[in-house]
This record gives sequence, structure tokens and C-alpha cells, in this order.
Amino acid sequence: MTQVADRRARVAHTSPSVSMFARMLLRAAVLRRRRAASALLAMVVAAAVATAMMNLYVDVQAKLRTEFRNYGANIVIVAKEGQSLPADALAKVESVLGTKTLAVPFAYAVARTQNGQSVVVVGTDFARARQLNHWWKVSHWPDAQNEVLVGMRAATVVSPKGSPNRQPFELTFQGKAIELAPAGMLQTGAGEDSRIYLDQSEFQNWTGVAPSTIEVAANGTTAEIEASIRQLAQLLPSAEVRPVRQIMEAEANVLNKTRATVYASAALVVLTSALCVLATLMGWVFDRRRDFAMMKTLGASERLINGFFAAEAAALGTVGAVLGFLIGIGVAAWIGRVNFHAPVVPRIGVFPYVLAGSIAVALISAVLPIVLLRRVQPAIILRGE
Amino acid sequence: MFPRIVYESFRHQARRKLLAGIAIALGVAVATAMIAVATDIGDKINRELRSYGANLVVTPQEDTLDVEVGGVNLKPPSDGAFLNEADLPKIRGTFWHNNIVGFSPMLPVTVKLGSGNDAKDVTLLGTYFNKALSFGKNDFTTGVRITHPWWKVSCGDGKESPNCGWPDDNSQNVLLGERLAAKANEKAGDAIEVAGRKLTVSGVLSTGGAEDDQLVAPLALAQQIIGKPGAVRSVYVSALTKPADALSVRDPKTMTPEVYDRWYCSPYVESIAYQLQEVIPHSHAEQIRQVAQNEGTVLSRIKGLMLLITFAALFASALAVSAAMATAIYERRVEVGLMKALGAGNLAVSAIFFAEALLLALVGGVAGFSAGALLARQIGRSIFNSRISIEPVLFPIIIAIAVFVTFAGSAAAIRRAVKFDPVFALRGEG
Repeated sequence: MTQVADRRARVAHTSPSVSMFARMLLRAAVLRRRRAASALLAMVVAAAVATAMMNLYVDVQAKLRTEFRNYGANIVIVAKEGQSLPADALAKVESVLGTKTLAVPFAYAVARTQNGQSVVVVGTDFARARQLNHWWKVSHWPDAQNEVLVGMRAATVVSPKGSPNRQPFELTFQGKAIELAPAGMLQTGAGEDSRIYLDQSEFQNWTGVAPSTIEVAANGTTAEIEASIRQLAQLLPSAEVRPVRQIMEAEANVLNKTRATVYASAALVVLTSALCVLATLMGWVFDRRRDFAMMKTLGASERLINGFFAAEAAALGTVGAVLGFLIGIGVAAWIGRVNFHAPVVPRIGVFPYVLAGSIAVALISAVLPIVLLRRVQPAIILRGE
Repeated sequence: MFPRIVYESFRHQARRKLLAGIAIALGVAVATAMIAVATDIGDKINRELRSYGANLVVTPQEDTLDVEVGGVNLKPPSDGAFLNEADLPKIRGTFWHNNIVGFSPMLPVTVKLGSGNDAKDVTLLGTYFNKALSFGKNDFTTGVRITHPWWKVSCGDGKESPNCGWPDDNSQNVLLGERLAAKANEKAGDAIEVAGRKLTVSGVLSTGGAEDDQLVAPLALAQQIIGKPGAVRSVYVSALTKPADALSVRDPKTMTPEVYDRWYCSPYVESIAYQLQEVIPHSHAEQIRQVAQNEGTVLSRIKGLMLLITFAALFASALAVSAAMATAIYERRVEVGLMKALGAGNLAVSAIFFAEALLLALVGGVAGFSAGALLARQIGRSIFNSRISIEPVLFPIIIAIAVFVTFAGSAAAIRRAVKFDPVFALRGEG
């Protein structure tokens, strides 16, 4: 106690009045460091949780969109009836949409098997198709000349039951025959099961048919994808560019619902953290009613007292927000890695909101007790009643 | 004496107790709502994922190969095997019938659109739109309006009108695909000639797929055109499924009876396909991998995200409750000093505080649980348009958590209050 009194006396003697305010602030924090630390801790935790939630909310859409791209193409470019796309169509598409977008060409022809049955043969780029269509169940991807992927149902036509698997078979297209070896089976549960897939260049050498369809998996919001569609339509006037509504609408639907849920949850979490700060800080300020009474007795104006407590709250809010923000982006990054296996990009744009919110909550919790205490005579507080 | 001290404490410090109680109630409410939302989110998102359409397709076992390019079927319409329409309601009799959201039979036939020399070949797709069926005592409706939610019907001239829309399943009206309508220059309300019959266009259909170039008609009409009553080429089934795991991909033929029962009684897409084959004779059911395989990942990502947010919520509410309790106790050091000066032991003082904390936790917990249930319901209604139900088993768990967190939050503060020297407390220093 005497130590404290000594220090107080020294402070009063040596400090010019200008820095008195700053000294009071600093002393208040140092002398009651346990209480100040617990208030700061509450502030930091709340700011960290708020940062993590806001960061996640901003990022969750982008993260989920990449997941939704596993559903495959959301734009198809189809040549006008019976025609092929221009040879440079794929290059054009890629130049417009950038390398991050996946574009896969498909060419179709109806060939005949040796016993005269019709079967659809598709020419495509296997590497790209594999990336676009994650859901294709393929026993083995072709890697050699004239190797093909045979759809589950097409297999019964080209290699009838009883004949050994992976036996080469012959197909003819407009009189031109080709010997093909099945590399693996393709199973999708949709139209692909009835087709045979061949490498694009080998397909074109054999049939002379160029790609008539390009499937594109474009990343981005609905508006961005619509803009891409308009751009592509301008670029390829001879083709028809259309969105795959099944994919786009379902994605928008699920995304909106998820976003709304995350929003509601994040709002609840942020609100609870603010409540935590409010409870801690109000207790802290209320606890210092003797300081308040002492200042008033010594003749401090109401403005000075308000200013003192407000400055203290603002300082606490700022320090808490900065520390909390740093921890919060760490937490968000961790959640991103655990749940999405991709880092959550720290959003600096979130910081002003966290800072403003922290200071606002700190100010409210400082000013509220002061307003309550103002009505009480300092003498009563100092008597300890 | 003990109950009286606690009672008087609540009576005289009603406002402070109310504040602490409110903090506990709010914390519990947020925790309850978040747990309820997180436990139900999987089911809700699973339902939303059904907007991707059917995840299973049933075809005849001895089906011939589809020869189809860009939605145009090059195979003669009467070729191949068919399923029997009369078997379809049995889909509602499978083990997982409650998980089957809807199904749509499909019968594509090639028809001549127009008359005389202008006539051209188009595909007419027969299906259910919103057909009323019954299985046993169970009445239900099903069709593309449930299984293909992205199909949109308009008037075709950009105007909205009550006269155009989905055709009735028992009518002779058809939908005209968007691009076909533009090519043929027809719109809703027009009469067209299809396969020698005069039909009315009830609306223009936009799907973004092959159907945009086709006619879509009630199933019965397509069957009349090819003269095969009851014929169905394929059935698209939309079912709520459980994400695939190690068990789901095993071959049922190699399973032991116990494993088989477990597999059969899990709503895997594989076991539902198996059950569809059982009820529809001579059929082959296959998962549509584009839809079925991706559901699991999206679902687990969203569930994982909500789980982590729920942890954050629980953490934040635990902190808020602790902070409120700590503050409430810290303010009562003088009281502690007085009690100790009068000879109360540390144990007696702590017991009073813990008893008060317990009371607060119980009252705040009950109030918070009810508020949280309301909050969860509100979230469910405004976001998913359906109720989020709260499991009654959650109640004791939530109350136990509330009591535990209140105790844990109070413990440090109580310890410090008890250790505080009564002399300083009574002198008003500290």
C-alpha cells in the first residue's frame, strides 16, 4: 500500500500535466493488472471469434463453389445442328476464361460393330475429361494408341457375354474400319454408359469429325458465369452457348441455404462474444467506482472522467481487436485446412469491422456504469457503501 | 440458516441476479440453437441437394443400347425392352420408401411434328408431371415437378399468363421445348400436329438440357402414340441417401447375413438401388454417379463447417457465462469479508456461492433452452422452410452443460473471494 502511495506521489510531483492523462491510463492498467488482463483476455477472445466467423462467412462461398465444381460442367458450347465447332474454339474458350477453368471437347459419331449394331463413339481429351468428371468410375484410363474407354452398356455390344475382357474389337464408320482395344470400363449411370470414348486426335484421324461440343466448368458466382456465357457467345457466333441449369440452379440453392445458416450462426456467435466482453468490462469499470469518486472529489470535471474511461475503453478495444484479429485469422485458416483441405485466405477487409465492433462494445460497457454512478454522491462511494 | 442466506441474497440483489441469469440464459439459448441446427443441418442440406435431380435410374434388365447424340435418339422407338408402368407405385413399398422423394417414368418416342411435307422428326418424351398415385392406403403425387426442379414452364412469348403452365397428366396437352418452340415458331395455346394428332401446347419448357429440343407429354399420350400401353423406358428416382463408405460399396452377394442386414437397412444409394430392383421385375437400377457421388462430399463439408461453428458458439457462450458469474462474485467481496469475520469457514462461504450458481444455472438453463428451441425453429423456418426439431434428450444435456459451465466459471472467482483477507474487504480496499 505504501509503495503504491509513494509511486502515486512521485507521479504527481514529476509529471507535467500534459502526460497526466496518459499516465493515469497506464497506471490504471498496471496497478490492477489482473483485472485489466481478464478484461483484455475477454476482448481478445471475442475479437478472435468474431474475426474467425466473419472470415469464414466471407470465404465459405468460394470454398463451397470449388466443391460444387465436382458436379462437372456448368456451361456447354454446342455447334449448330450437324456442324462442328471451329478448330480454334477450344483455344478461344481458354483464352477468355483463363487457365483455371476446365474446358473439355467432345466429338460424336455413330459407328457400327462387326455384327451391324450401332454404337456412339466419342472423341475427347482423356486428361481433361478425367479432371472435369470426377464421378466417372473408370477401371483403367487409356494410355496407349487406339485404346478406348468402353461404357458399361456399350461393352455388351462390342464384346458379347462370354468373350474375354479387354479383347480388341473392330468398328466401322462410313466404310473406314478401325481396330480398338478396351483399356477400361466406364460407369456413370447416365448416357456415357452406352458410349465408347476414344482420344480426340485418333478419333479425328479415323472419322474426320471435329468436336461439336465443349463442356466448361467455370468457377465463380452466378453473375460471373452469366458474364462468361455472354462473352463466349460473342466469341463463337457459330455456336450456341448455354448454362447447365440443373447444375447452376441446384448449386445456387444449396449455397444460399448454407450461407444463410452460416450467417445466422456467425451472428449468434459474435453476439455471444460481445455479451461476454460486456459482462467482463462492466464489472471492471463498476469495480473502480472508488477511482471515479476520488477523481470527482479532487475536482475532476465530468468531461474529464468520461474522457478518461472512454479512452481506457478505446485503448482496450484497439489492443484486443488487433490481438484478436491475428488469432482469429489463425483459427479461420485452421478451420479451412481441417474442413476444406485448403487455406482460408485472411481477409484484411474484416479488420475494420472487428476494430469498430470491439471499440463500440468497450465504450458501451465503460459508459453504462459511469452513467449509473453519476447519480451517486462520491462520499457514499468512498465510505464504501 | 443456509437456505435463508441464499434466499435473502436473491431477494436483496434481485437486479444483479437477474443480470447473471440473463447472461446464462442467453449463453444457453445460443448453445441450444446451434446444437439443434448442427444436428439437423445434414438432413436439411440433403433435402436441398435433391434439387440436383434424380440420383438413381431404373432401366429394363435386357435393355438395348441407347444410340443418342445431343439428345436425339437414333434408335427406332418401339425397339428394346420396357418396364411396366403398373409396377411403379411399388417403389413406395420399398424398405426406404420414406427416403424416396419422388420418381418420374420416361418414355421417349420419335414422332413427326407438323403435317405433310413440312413434318420433321422430333423426340416426344412421355412422363409424369405431378401424377396422383396410390400404393396401399398411401396416396402420393410424383413426377418431374419433384424430381427435376430446374424445369421451368413459361408461355413462350415472354408474358406471364394463367392460361399456360404444366399440362395435366390425364390431358392431351404437351410442353414444347424452348429451342424447338423458337424453331417451329409456336407458343403456349397454339395447336400443333404430332404424329397425326391435334394437340395443344400448354407451355414452353426450359431445362438447359436435351429436353429443350423435344416435346414433353403425359406418359399415357406417349404410350398411345407407340401403341404400347403401360410401357416405360426408364424411371428416374430421387432419394435421400447416406454418403458412401466402406460398407456401402461392398457386393451384397459376398456379405455375411449380419453385414447384409446392416447394409440393407442403411439408406446407401447402392442398397436403395438393390431394393428398387427387388420391387420392379426385370429391372436394373443404377446410381447416377454425377449426382450421387458428389452429394457425400458437399454434405460432409457443410456438416463439418457447422460442427466447427457450433464449437465456437459453445466456447463463446461458456466464456460469457463464466465472465458474468465471475463479475457477480467479485462484487461481493465485502459480503464474504463480513461472513468470514463472523466466523464462517471457507467451505461454508463457497457452498453458499455454489448453491446460488446452481439455482441460477437451473433457472437460466431452462429459460435459455426454451429460447434456443424457438431460435432454432425460427432459423429452420426462415432458411429451410421447414422445422428444425429439438430432440428431448438434448434438454438434460444442455442443463448439465449449463450447470457445469456456471460452476467452472464461478470456481476461480469464488476461490479468490474466499482467499481475500476479510480485513481489507471490510475496510473497503482492494
